[in-house]
Order: sequence, then C-alpha cells, then structure tokens
Amino acid sequence: MRSTSIAAIPKTRLKNVRVLMRLWRYLYRFKWRLLLAVFISFASNALALLGPMISGLAIDAVARGAGNVDMTLVLAYCALMIVFYVVSSALSYLLSIFMVGITQKVVVALRRDLFNRLIRLPVSYFDNAQTGDILSRISYDIDTIANTLSSDAVQIFTGVFTVIGSFVLMLTISPALVLIFAVTIPVSVFATRYLVKKVKPLFRARSGKLGTLNGYAEEKISGHKTIKAYNAESSIIGGFDALNSDAADAYCKADYYGTVTGPTMNLVNNISIALVSMFGVLLYLIGGPIGITLGNLSSFTLYSRKFAGPINEFGNILSELQSAAAAAERVMRIIDEAPEPPDAEEAAALSGVQGFVTARDVNFSYVEGRPILRNVEFDAPPGKTVAIVGPTGGGKTTVINLLMRFYDPDSGEIRIDGTEIREAARASVRAAYSMVLQDTWLFCGTVYENIAYSRDTVTRGEVEEAARAARIDGYVESLPDGYDSVLDEGGMNISKGQKQLISIARAMLSDAGMLILDEATSNVDTRTEMEIQRAMLRLMRGKTCFVIAHRLSTIVNADIILVIKDGEIIERGNHAELISRDSYYKQMYSSQFE
Amino acid sequence: MSGGLFVKFLGAIVELVIPWLLAYLIDTVAPANDVPMIVICGAVMLACAAAAFIFNIWANRTAAKVNRNVIRDLRHDLFAKICYLSCSRIDAFTTPSVISRLTSNTYDVNRMVGIMQRMGVRAPILLIGGIIITLTLDPMLTLVLVCTLPFIVLVVWLVSKKGIPRYTETYLAQDKMVRTVRENVTGIRIIKALSKTEHETARFEGVNNELSLKEKRAASTMALSNPLMNLLLNVGLVAVILVGAWRVNADLTEPGKIIAFMTYFTIILNALISITRLFVIYSKSSASAKRIFEVINAPDDITVTPSDKLETNDHIVFDGVSFSYLKKRNNLTDVSFSLKHGQTLGIIGDVGSGKSTIINLLMRFYDADSGAIYIDGENVRAIAPERLYNMFGVVFQNDIIFSASIAENIDFYKSGQEERRYRAAAAAQADGFIEEFGDGFLHKLAVKGADLSGGQKQRILLARAFAKNAPVLILDDSSSALDYKTDAAMRKAIDRDCAAATKVIVAQRVSSIKHADVILVLKDGAVAGRGTHGELMTTCPEYREIYKIQMGDIA
Repeated sequence: MRSTSIAAIPKTRLKNVRVLMRLWRYLYRFKWRLLLAVFISFASNALALLGPMISGLAIDAVARGAGNVDMTLVLAYCALMIVFYVVSSALSYLLSIFMVGITQKVVVALRRDLFNRLIRLPVSYFDNAQTGDILSRISYDIDTIANTLSSDAVQIFTGVFTVIGSFVLMLTISPALVLIFAVTIPVSVFATRYLVKKVKPLFRARSGKLGTLNGYAEEKISGHKTIKAYNAESSIIGGFDALNSDAADAYCKADYYGTVTGPTMNLVNNISIALVSMFGVLLYLIGGPIGITLGNLSSFTLYSRKFAGPINEFGNILSELQSAAAAAERVMRIIDEAPEPPDAEEAAALSGVQGFVTARDVNFSYVEGRPILRNVEFDAPPGKTVAIVGPTGGGKTTVINLLMRFYDPDSGEIRIDGTEIREAARASVRAAYSMVLQDTWLFCGTVYENIAYSRDTVTRGEVEEAARAARIDGYVESLPDGYDSVLDEGGMNISKGQKQLISIARAMLSDAGMLILDEATSNVDTRTEMEIQRAMLRLMRGKTCFVIAHRLSTIVNADIILVIKDGEIIERGNHAELISRDSYYKQMYSSQFE
Repeated sequence: MSGGLFVKFLGAIVELVIPWLLAYLIDTVAPANDVPMIVICGAVMLACAAAAFIFNIWANRTAAKVNRNVIRDLRHDLFAKICYLSCSRIDAFTTPSVISRLTSNTYDVNRMVGIMQRMGVRAPILLIGGIIITLTLDPMLTLVLVCTLPFIVLVVWLVSKKGIPRYTETYLAQDKMVRTVRENVTGIRIIKALSKTEHETARFEGVNNELSLKEKRAASTMALSNPLMNLLLNVGLVAVILVGAWRVNADLTEPGKIIAFMTYFTIILNALISITRLFVIYSKSSASAKRIFEVINAPDDITVTPSDKLETNDHIVFDGVSFSYLKKRNNLTDVSFSLKHGQTLGIIGDVGSGKSTIINLLMRFYDADSGAIYIDGENVRAIAPERLYNMFGVVFQNDIIFSASIAENIDFYKSGQEERRYRAAAAAQADGFIEEFGDGFLHKLAVKGADLSGGQKQRILLARAFAKNAPVLILDDSSSALDYKTDAAMRKAIDRDCAAATKVIVAQRVSSIKHADVILVLKDGAVAGRGTHGELMTTCPEYREIYKIQMGDIA
C-alpha cells in the first residue's frame, strides 16, 4: 500500500521482436483459419489478375477495327469477366469476414488473458495502480492491436507472395537489371532498421502518455463533485491540458517519425524505377547478350512496380506494427505481472474452521523501513469478539489485511486453528471470514444479485430475509423494480449508508465461520444500527469476530479489546477492565462525551 | 492546414510524373536512340523521386501536427465540458461512459483525422484526375463508367445506414466491458475475500464475448462495402468494353483509346479503394464523434436565473424545499430552516433520510423541485456557480484524494496559502501524521490515497475544507472514521478557527452535533424535529431515542 508503486518500478523493456512473437502465438492458435484466409486471398488476387487478361483478349477482339468486331466473342469475354469479378468480390468479402473473425478471436483471447491475470494479481497491485491506466490498456491498447491485426496480417502474407513471384519473373527477364535491386534493397533494409530503432521508443511513449492522461482523467472525473465545490475546474483542466499536450505531442512525434517510413520506402522504389528505366533503355540500345526488347522492359517495369508495391506497404505496415508492439507491450506487462504466489504444494484447504485465531510476533511494513505493525500478538478464541480500536493510522486496517492474506507479514505468524495461514490454501483462509468494509462495493447488477453475491446457491427467500435483517428491505421495495432494480454507477439514489446495509445483507448470507467488520456501520445512523443490532448479533453468534469501529457503543460488548497505537498493541482487555484503570482507552472513551 | 494539403497535392502530382516519363522514354526516346535524353530523363525521374520524398514527408508531418492540434483541442473541449457538467448530467451519462468517451472515442477520431489527411487528398486527386483524363479520351465511354457512380453512392448509403448504428452498439458494449473491469479493480478486496475470482472471470467472459460479437457484426457490415464497390466498378468497366466494342464497330472510336482507358481505370479503381477505406474509418469514428459531441453539446441544465431577493439577516434559509432524484418518490419533502451567520446546523437521521440531499441542494448540484433556498437572501438559482461554490468549504461522503502531494490535496489548486495550509492541517488533527512522512506536506500520496488509513484520509479532506476558509463549512459525515478523541479535538479546533463560518454538519454521532445551534432530525425526507439539543430532547422522540442508544450505556 505504501507509496513505491509496483506498477512504476522500471522493468527491462520487452524486446520488440519478442512482443510481436507473442502476439503471433495468439494468431497461431488459429493457424488453419489463417491458412485458409491466405489461400482465399491468393485466389481472390489471382482472379482479379485474370480479369485484366481477359479484358486484354476482349480488346484484341475489338482491335480488328470498325465493322470487323466479333460482337459475340466480345460478349462472351464480357460475360466471363463478370463471372470472374463476381467470384473475386465474393472471395474478398469472405476474406474480410474471415479476418474479422480471426481478429476478434485474438482480441477476445487477449482481453481474457489480461483480465484473468489482472484479477489474480495481489491486492498491492491495485493499491498502487491508476484505474484509468488499467482501463486504457484493456480498451485502447487492445484496440490498437486489433486494428493492426485485421488489416495487416493477410497483407504481409500476400505481399511476400507477390514480392517473391515478381522477383523471380524479373530474374527471368534480365538478371543484369535485377542487379539494381542489389543496391536499393539493402538501402531500404538499412533505412527501415534505422527508423524502427528510432521510432519504437516514440510509440512506447505514445501509449504510455495516453495511459497517464487517461489515469488522470479517470481520477478527476470520479472527483467531479469535489472539483466543482472547490471551483478547481480551471486548475484541473490546466493539469489535464499539460498531460493532454504531452500525449498529443507524443502521438505527433511518433507520427512525425513514423510517417517517414512510407515516403522513404517510396523514395527507394522510385529510385529503383528511375534506374531501371534509364539502364533498361540503355541495355536496349546496347543490345547483344545482355540486351532486352522494349516489350521486356515494359514488363520488367510492370513487375518492378508489383515488386515495389508490397515493399512500399511494408513501410506503413511496419509503423503500424510498431504501435501495435508498443500497445502489446503494455498489455503483456500486466499479463507478466506476478500473480498472488500459488499456494504451497502441501497447503491444505482449511475446513470445518473452529475459529481460533492467534497472532505471534507479527511485524509488517508496506514499504521497507516504515514498520506499520510491530510485535503484534493476540489470541482470538472461537466465538469471541475481538474489537480493534485506536487512533486513526495506528494500523487497525492493516491487521485485517494480514488476516485476509491481502498482504503477508514480514515476520511472525498468524494461525487459524493452529494452522499457519501461509501454509493453508489462500482461498480457504479468505473463505473462513465474511467481511464488511467501510468502502462498500456494489457492482452494476440488480439488488438481488448484489446481495446474493456472497453465496453460490441461494434462494429468493433467503436474500429477502437477509435484506430484512439488514433493514434495507424498505428501501429496496421502494425502488421501481424492487429486488430486480439495477444499481448503476450513476446511483445517486443510493446513499453510502444504504450501500453499507446491502453489504451487511450480503455478509449475512455468507456461511463463513468468522466475521470481519471494518467500520461496517460507520455511515449507518444509530437508530438503524440498533435495529440491525439483533441481526448483527445473530450474525456474530458463535463466530470469531474482528471488529473495527469508532463508535464505542459497538465495541463495549466485545470479549477482547485491543488498543493499537503506532503499530503496537498498547492495551488489551475487556471494556470493564480497561475503563477501570487510567488507560488510553478510557481517554478515548470519555472524549466522546466532551 | 491548407498548406499541408497543397504540399500533399504536389507530392501526388510529382509521383504521377514518373510513370509518364517512363512511357515517354519507351515510346519516344528509346526508338530515337537519344542517349543524352535518356540520362536527362533518368535524372528528372530521380529528381521527381526526391521531390516526392520531401513533399510527402513534409505533408505527413504537417498532417501529424494538424492531427495533434485537432485531437488536443477536442480532448480539451470534452474534458473541460465534463468538468463543468452538472451532477445530474453526469448521472445520466454515467461516469464510466463519460470516461470511455474521453479515452476510446477521442482516439478513434484521432485515427480518422490522421488517415483522412493522408489518404483523403491523394485519393480524390487520383479519382478526379483519372476521370478528367478519360473524359478527354472518350466522353461517351466515361459516361458509361460514371453511370456506376449512383450505385456506388447507394451502396455507401445502405452500408453506412446499417453500419453506424452497429458501431454505436459496439461502443455501448465497450462501455459495459470497461465498467466491468473498473468494478473488478475497485472491488478487488471483496472479490478475493469471497473467492469470486472464477465468477468474475466468467462474468467478464460474457461481457468480452458480447463486445466481440458486436464488433464482429459491425465490422462484417462494413466489410461489404469494399467488394461491392469493386464489383460495381468492374461491371462498369465491362460495360465500357461492350459499349466500346460497339462504338469501334460503328467507327466512332479507336481500340487504342479503350486500352488507354483501361490504364486510367486502374488508377481510378485504386483511388476508389482508398476512399472506401476512408469511408469505413469514417463510419466507425462518426459513431465515436457522435458520442463525444453528445457530451460537448449537452445543454447546461443548471442556469442562473434572476430571482426574488429575500429580506433577511439569516445566512442560509431553506423555505419549503422538496426534491426527488428520480422524480418518482420525494427524497426531501417540505424542508425549512434558517441559520444565522456563524451558527452551526447539525443534521441527523436515518440512512436514506435525505441528509446528503440537503447539501446537494444547498450547493445547487441539483435544483429543488419546489420551495427555495437562499444564501444571504439571494436565491441560489440567481448566484453564478463560481461565486456560489466559493461560499463553501466542504467534505463530501466518499470524497476523493488525488494522487498528488499532501500540500496539493489540501490547497486544492489554490496557490500561495502555505500559512493557511499548516493551520488547516493542525485544525484537522492531520499535522501529526503528515510530519511522520519524511517529506511532510510534499509527500506524494498514492492513487486514491491508498497509503492512508480511512481516518487519515478524512483528516486530509477536512484540512482541505478548512484551508478554503469559506463562509460556509459543510461536513457530510466526514468524521465517521475518526476515533472520538480525534473527533473531539477537531471539533474544538473548528470552534476556535472557524468561528465566523456558518457550519452544516451531517453526522451519525450525536456528540458531533450536540452543540449545534440548530439540529435537524430527518425522517424519510421530512423534518421530524428542529431545535437545539435541549429542545429536541423534550420535543422529538426520534432524537431522544438516538441519544439514548448512543449515550445510554453511561447515562
């Protein structure tokens, strides 16, 4: 939690090629479809090339001159052409559909992999990452990849085919003229490599800056009301403008250099053509063994255009691949992030939890050198309620973080029923508790779904009963669709207290053997709290409970009260014991009546 | 911008000179055996290649700059508009949708502007140039070719009519996907605690597939345009050959012209293919642009309207205010109270009884449905927003900490108030823990203040409200995470440092509002009791009950 951002620790840059290879592996999963797509593309191109050939024949038939044109032959050729073009168009449509399909499959797989890793990352990752940046990766970056894949993948294959084909044909016409390419091709290879090296960091910066911008915007838009209240719009917009300029400049800069690639390739090709034309005509004039005919020269230049076409495109494709690689790198960064370490092999799932929790000499710090908990020790016998109190920032919530294994202690041990929790399956440790936090979390779904979330199988009746017990039933029934009303993000019609009550109803459904309440009722008014007290007591009965609360009325009945200050337990005992002596607890307690 | 277009135009023209020179070489120079001319032609071709290189890079760079300015301004306009948008408008758009409009949709437009500039000039030049040249060859044949154009327009119209709504659907699905990820990021603790990882994975899978399906449908629709346009044009070409054959037979034209026609036809076809690509990108981004402009053009629903002035010495007056968020059931009904300068209003009541709604209306985040709210006798509807907001120092429920330094979070973008910042932090009981950070006020807080405990966050927020030193101090349940001791110390500090300010305090604890000059007890949006602590203890059973529950165990 403490500052040093895990996401921000610079890591070795992933190599361009390795990123693209990993992208390729996604494509490779659909190799047969891809192969078919390439095949269709060849067929479609070949048919499209046959069209002009037939039109040539038709023109030959026309060329017999006025009055001599064989109209039936022309008609026949024309009919044939129409057939060819129809088939070719159909094939090219088929190809597009195929590529859309493959691209979507890859994109779905990428998003799935990203999300599946994301949700398995340790809590510390989320404590440090900007939500907007994560969202930018799963939307913008993956879109960039998709755009490249759908347009470029097949182009690369057919391009290679065309280049090789025309090269061979040029060789058969005049090996001497092909020598010109022995000069120009290395030049373009060299130029490309130089540009790629130069442009890659620019594309990376472009994705990164956009992520930062989106992170900023997300944060600020979430604080919309506060910004209004403080008339801070212009400063916030100023901050946005600075990042926006950075992002736009980074975009422009990548484009500025990226778009040099296309014209450079074009230049090399145009030079080749100029040289081919000049030397070709000279060869024609020289004649002899290396001489060529004008017809040959004409075909050679046609082929060299064909040869140049894809190479020219490669320039553009390359700059698109660059941006895809930069985007993919950001996606891979999350996919490569270390998930919560797997449970030890001998880790057994806790089952039939009695709820005897012990902590021995627990030390913990979020950031090295800034200890948050020191030598924390306690015993929580089954069924007892442990209240954790103390000044804010003393480390109360950190205890919960450790109990739930959101973080693991630096030293010391925490045991449930004698089992060290790091040696038990993590999911089973977490399942041992039901938990209500101060920062309630509801998702966009119906009220019913939100309450039922804590259990896999639940009946309508049980959900309604939990809602009644948590005193939220009246509110829910007042909603237009009752339990089926959707709680959307714009839920200004639900207060923080109501959210807490829904969270409590959710916890009531859970069948976990222990309970954690971290300021669970801080925004619930006292009357409602009293009303749900009975249900809470029923919820707590027989369970080991850890309660963090400032409202001392909720903790006076606790079996054990731990007073945590500056990371250490300074006092412990029950209310009667603590209040009877001159304790810190007593000071805290009496201050509420001042 | 027009300069860039002209340069792009030059680049396209220069490039067209190269094949023309080649034809000239083969047709005229080579048969004449004119070696110096060959070298000159070669040199001119090389010069053209170099010129094309320079012009194209120049044009691309200009385009990149234009694109940068366009997108920067667009994003600025959108973000600025969002900042000034009313709360109810944001509610209507929903926050995640607003965010995705700002991030994904602007990016689409960015791409479009870039590609439009790169291809949008070249393709039309080639298309129009090609058609003009064919016109000079044989107008009749050109006419045949041009006959296909209405059909092409029809295809474009039909495809976009189907395609654009599908892209709009895609964006809705994308909103949903982004929202799901966002929920998972914010709710990670609960999800892990309940071992719902598998469940969430399955939920995402559904959203992911839905988005993909929508994208696939939209892209498949657009995929129709290219083959269809190609086909139409090729059919046009076949028609040209047929008509040409007839005309040659009737001695109205020569075969050579048909051959030349074919060459230019290829140029026209390629241009048209580029235009199709442009059109696909345009369709996609026009749906994006629509979403952006929906926000930018959203009318202000909170407008300043001159209104009656109330003759009063009171600072804040609520006069019979009723309000409903969803316009179905009242969230506030007929609430009235008045506060003098420097007085404290305490608001207490059940969950959902309308406590925060009073603040929303006082600050005019929403407009009351009936009744009126006055500050110094002025109706809030008649006060310009900036002046209105300046009157309040406020801490909301769920208020936000930015990932900036503590100083920035407290100053909140007001400069030159170092002195005030220290006093505010001390009053909020925050100076102690701030000093514990090695870098004190310069300490950079983590995202969402994740490196602070709940109580520390609240104290920073309180310091922010104090530092503003506004005539009205509003604290909406802002000490719930403070222990009693800290809370009591803070209350003393407020009494000392903010004596002049009129205070509105929403609280759960009686102790937080017990000393208020006026206490409002709310029940289901209506006032159940109004008065001082002493008065309410005798007149308001609800208040008495709350007090007894909270203080009972020592009384």
